[in-house]
Amino acid sequence: MMGALTLSWLSTWLAATALSHVLQSSGWLIPTLQTIHILCVATVLCAAVIVDLRICGRFDRNEPLEQVARRFLPLIWPVLLVLLLTGGLLVVAEPHRSLQNTTFILKMALLILAVAITAGLQTAINLSPGVLERDTLRRSAARFAACCSILIWCGIVFAGRWIAYTEAG
Amino acid sequence: MMPWRGDIVGFFENSTLAESIRENDVLFPMIESAHVLSICLVVGSILIVDLRLLGLASVRRPAGSVMALVLPLTWSAFAIAVTSGALMFISNATKYLNNDFFVCKLILLGLAGLNMLVFHLVSARDLPVWEHRLPPPLQARLAGAMSILLWICVVACGRWIGFTMGVN
Repeated sequence: MMGALTLSWLSTWLAATALSHVLQSSGWLIPTLQTIHILCVATVLCAAVIVDLRICGRFDRNEPLEQVARRFLPLIWPVLLVLLLTGGLLVVAEPHRSLQNTTFILKMALLILAVAITAGLQTAINLSPGVLERDTLRRSAARFAACCSILIWCGIVFAGRWIAYTEAG
Repeated sequence: MMPWRGDIVGFFENSTLAESIRENDVLFPMIESAHVLSICLVVGSILIVDLRLLGLASVRRPAGSVMALVLPLTWSAFAIAVTSGALMFISNATKYLNNDFFVCKLILLGLAGLNMLVFHLVSARDLPVWEHRLPPPLQARLAGAMSILLWICVVACGRWIGFTMGVN
């Protein structure tokens, strides 16, 4: 497969870079990056899950959905940048561990889905407040999306931990 | 190690449950994933409370209502974190007890609990008086800052346990 070949070539190239050597040879850089990564996951996960729970009517029902979304969702985007940065450095440090690992590919696919749902919900809420609660159909659709979002974010965390157990070779 | 402690550790470590977790290829990573997920929820939700106590976020809402809203989520997730953590612990109890980062993590958790206890029993006694005030009083800001610091160290220790126990 072309894709697998490209990833294999990319991993070998990345593993030979000076940055990869620095990250690998220091005993503390990788766990430090992972710690920052987990703390950022905690932030993004909680922000997204809280808004999802509010959409499902399970959290802070006295506060309008727009208010809850405005408090928690904007924070997701800068923290996602830190996640991409620390995650990217972890890939450079151990490229074969991730790029040639189906679990890592699955995690990235789930991430794209989660980001798409979260961005979609945020845009809908910002463009016209109350849009998700206008009628039963919309409310059900929003609740379905929110439940999917919670499950996908949980899946991302599970996949993240499983990367360590599904390394090739 | 005191003999009675060895007995207790051995009792758990040699149980069928511990043995299954130790020897099953799927069980340990699954429990570990649940542990990471619940810790993320604990840390993320407690951060909301801490930032409110520091006067840096949710400032338009009184501190008491932010806590009443978020802490049930924190405690539910904490219950899962303790359960999953205990299951991982019994699978290799002796090895964990000899791991400095594991011992550190327990001490830090104890300190986080103590910080919370002091806050609720002392600093939050006059919560209705100051919960609207900005910036919040020094004792509230201290509790928030301590909590953030301790939980960051708890997560770091957790990651280092993995590295020093051969599960990275």
